[in-house]
Amino acid sequence: MSREVTLRFERVTKRFGEVVAVREVSFEVGTGELVTLLGPSGCGKTTTLRMIAGLELPSEGRIFIHEEEVTTLPATARDVAMVFQSYALFPHMSVLDNVAYGLTVSGTPRKEARARAEETLALVGLGGLGGRMPSELSGGQQQRVAVARAIVLEPRILLFDEPLSNLDAKLRRRVREDLRDIQQKLGITSVYVTHDQAEALAISDRVIVMRDAEIAQDGPPRELYEHPVDRFVADFIGDANLVACEIAEVAGERAKVRLGGLLLDLPARGLDTGRALLAVRPQAVRLQPAAGENSGLVGEVTKAAYLGSHMEYVVTTPVGELFVVDGEVVATHAPGSRVALAFGSHGLALVPD
Amino acid sequence: MRAKADASGLRREVGALLLLASAGFVLLPWYAQEEGFLSLIWLTEGWIDDPDYAPGLFQVLLHGRWWLAPLALLPLLALPALSRRRPRMEAGRWLILAGALTLAWLLFQGFAINHRGWAWSWLAALFGPLGDRQYGIGGGAVLLATAALFLLTQGIADRGAAKGDAFVVGGIGLVVASVALFIFFPILQVLESAFLDNDGAFAPMVFLAKFTDPKIWSLSCVTTGYRCGVAWNTVFLAVLTGAGTTLLGLAFALVVTRTSFRLKRVLRTLTVLPIITPPFVVGLAIILLFGRSGTVTQFVADFLGIAPGRWIYGLPGIWLAQMLAFTPIAFLVLIGVVEGVSPSLEEAAQTLRADSWTTFTTVSLPLMRPGLANAFLLGFIESMADFGNPLVLGGNYDVLSTEIFFAIVGAQNDPGRAAVLAIILLSFTLLAFWAQQRWVGRSSYTTVTGKGDAGRPLPLPRLVDVACRSAALPWAAFTLVIYAMILFGGFVEIWGRDHSFTLRHYIQAFSVTVGDYGLVWSGSAWNSFWTTIRIAALSAVPTAIIGLLTAWLLVRQNFTGKRLFEFGTMLSFAIPGTVIGVSYILAFNVPPIEITGTGIILIISFIFRNMPVGVRAGIAALSQLDPSLDEASLTLRASTWTTLRRILLPLLKPAMLAALVYAFVRAMTAVSAVVFLVSANYDLATNYILGRVENGDYGLAIAYSSVLILVMLLAIGLMQLLIGQRRLGRRETGRLMPVEQTA
Repeated sequence: MSREVTLRFERVTKRFGEVVAVREVSFEVGTGELVTLLGPSGCGKTTTLRMIAGLELPSEGRIFIHEEEVTTLPATARDVAMVFQSYALFPHMSVLDNVAYGLTVSGTPRKEARARAEETLALVGLGGLGGRMPSELSGGQQQRVAVARAIVLEPRILLFDEPLSNLDAKLRRRVREDLRDIQQKLGITSVYVTHDQAEALAISDRVIVMRDAEIAQDGPPRELYEHPVDRFVADFIGDANLVACEIAEVAGERAKVRLGGLLLDLPARGLDTGRALLAVRPQAVRLQPAAGENSGLVGEVTKAAYLGSHMEYVVTTPVGELFVVDGEVVATHAPGSRVALAFGSHGLALVPD
Repeated sequence: MRAKADASGLRREVGALLLLASAGFVLLPWYAQEEGFLSLIWLTEGWIDDPDYAPGLFQVLLHGRWWLAPLALLPLLALPALSRRRPRMEAGRWLILAGALTLAWLLFQGFAINHRGWAWSWLAALFGPLGDRQYGIGGGAVLLATAALFLLTQGIADRGAAKGDAFVVGGIGLVVASVALFIFFPILQVLESAFLDNDGAFAPMVFLAKFTDPKIWSLSCVTTGYRCGVAWNTVFLAVLTGAGTTLLGLAFALVVTRTSFRLKRVLRTLTVLPIITPPFVVGLAIILLFGRSGTVTQFVADFLGIAPGRWIYGLPGIWLAQMLAFTPIAFLVLIGVVEGVSPSLEEAAQTLRADSWTTFTTVSLPLMRPGLANAFLLGFIESMADFGNPLVLGGNYDVLSTEIFFAIVGAQNDPGRAAVLAIILLSFTLLAFWAQQRWVGRSSYTTVTGKGDAGRPLPLPRLVDVACRSAALPWAAFTLVIYAMILFGGFVEIWGRDHSFTLRHYIQAFSVTVGDYGLVWSGSAWNSFWTTIRIAALSAVPTAIIGLLTAWLLVRQNFTGKRLFEFGTMLSFAIPGTVIGVSYILAFNVPPIEITGTGIILIISFIFRNMPVGVRAGIAALSQLDPSLDEASLTLRASTWTTLRRILLPLLKPAMLAALVYAFVRAMTAVSAVVFLVSANYDLATNYILGRVENGDYGLAIAYSSVLILVMLLAIGLMQLLIGQRRLGRRETGRLMPVEQTA
């Protein structure tokens, strides 16, 4: 299937005085796709989003929407809509006027604008609330008004700037699902910014991880989790334990890896023999009470915490401290007990040192 | 698809500007008319045929003013930019060329040829005598200049400045051009004339002689008993006033925010006083109390047998008056400072076993230090710029602002000396202003953001509590007495001699009689009263607009040179009114801009003196509005202008109203600049009162002042009512008030 490209960044750089906020970033977003920009604060993800909107203009590089260059086009002329972190609902207008605003300022007759605004409000589940003022709505409802106001224009790209960060934790999952539903129903190309990795994995078709103004990795959620390209991505997504290991030999796609006393057979991922890092997911470690002299990896439980659905352990081993999540909550290991560690086939990945 | 498809393929904004330029050059009279543009006399009395009334084009064709001819051609350089198909970068180059060259030639010919022919001798030497002359520019030239300015800014925007937003660049251009024309240009004229002798020749020695005059710099009051120079007098007074108002202001602020004193609200209303008080009033009231026939003086004379003296005229009187006038300003600033000290810091200190005295001296006071410095420097600048009080109470104690006045209007009539004195005064205030900017935070516009902070403010240590109350409360009572004097003073025959009740002063000033043709405003004050109201109202609107525009540019836009822009617009804080007055008569008495003696010069001086009020109000209000509101509107396809009109202006309504009212009120109370600028046709209330005071007619002066106070209270009250107490809480009201009141 040949993918239609809606948005393309070509070596885009943004400088604020001396500070480089985004450095030579290139990526594409396919039509109908939802792509998330993920990264710690200050990594340049919001600046990237604002450059898509036209609220910032790049210092270098070019931006294309549907193969038309928009690099210097101001926000007004880009046909891109945005849902703001603070929702940015106009406090002096009713909900309906807020949603109809974009239509009326671009010349749609008032009656038609209001009718379309009503329809869109119904679409986001707020039919009949158009007469209220924004301050009379709950946080979740305000959020949906912001979405309605953005999608009523049928923009070429819909942007989300941390849209869930002002909601409480319980509401967040539901609103996230609603957003994804609306996005898929309309098939609208979307770019989403967040610093919450779980949110990013849950909502996206693809995730672009950013670090220090550059793209660290770009891929579907599963690929990021299972095959992180470096220690930063491995650590940022899903709390990997990073332990030093050595690649003894490489045969085709597979590598023999020495870790403490263990010899593991793992995908080589293009690495050569020598020192490397092993990303170990907390769920990939299985703990057994150590019996006698084990040939494998043995460690001592230093911390154990009961979280209801699972246990969290910190285990000190010869290769370093490991954070372990264990679904077994009945037969637990007390702090101080010695345990043997075994690794499952999933949740291990080699990354360059 | 959104870009409005124009069938003709022409850029409408460029076309409109070119049409505007043509209208300026072909239709409207090029030069100013004595009768005023709006009299439209130029339409009926000749227009094209009359060399005084003809538009620029006909000045060239019919009246031999060939030097205007380039102005017909230079704007046409913008024609290539008219096509929609031309790349923006290239179009921008043509627009910049057209705008810049038109403006440059307009300025050059305007300054090169004045009412005496060639203005510069080298031109006469080069081309021989001109045999013609020109007067100040009129409506046509102003329109052409405006069009050229916006062609220039459109071109700069086309080349990518401010994200290519022509509205933003145009706004910046407008503010920069008007500030340059009406603040920097006049100040430069002062500098220039300081270096000229009275015949207009360059004379650095004369400047040096005037500058080093012992009357200015003498320190003989330290060594001998003789008088010191006027510069030292001014500095000494300013330091005393700055220190005094800061201490008293702090006492007030502490009483209001940190004690259990019950009448806090009453104390807070004191902060309104400096805004609504005409400049001579406090001085007059002090004379009524402490002058030779003053109430207190006579009381002391009767009971203690101390002979009435003239001690109040001089340093003690001016200082007392300035303390009364400016303490509320320090109070206003320091309320914010004291409230800015986070209670949780004080609570933290207490949990670390500091007692309340230690907490106050080691935590609270050090945190207030920058605020105290700020209040001191403000008081210092206020005192330097003060004109009314030294004029009324000065006696033999000369200060710079009044000396400047006498150098111009007095028997000396020495503009050179006035210019030198103005430069010295300006240097002092700019130095203080610079120090304030440098030490006390980058921008004096910024408001303290009232971030929510848990914890209750600590009660003051006993000693401090008592000290503050015993300083602030008697002073508040004294202030009330002063204002009571003002109210009563207008109702007695002659203060100190004949205290019988009379309405004589009010009748003399404000009587209305029924004549043959209806009402006749026969009172002597009506003329200046209505002029004042009209001029103040006319100036309030542009003041608010340019102030809010500047605020919006500063808060919401990013562009190169923003800090310089910010500094330039704030500078008028620091320029004393007397300096502005002198500079305006030096700059605008001769072509190309010849507006002395008109109402326009008064309006313009008010706009640029009061602009910071509008900027302050705008910045305070804008920083409360989430910037993503504008951004949301922009991404929803609204243009910058639509965003401003439909989102920001409705949300800024209270700020706009406040800016309007304060601009109005400040224009009503201004005196220092306008005493130089008033004319027979345009007399203002403050100037009229000044005349009464000089004639010793205190009764009428006080009656008139009371009426002014009443009018301004009414205006402010009406505004509070309209805005509603909810939208503009007491604290915000305080912030919106001008902290400067350089009367």
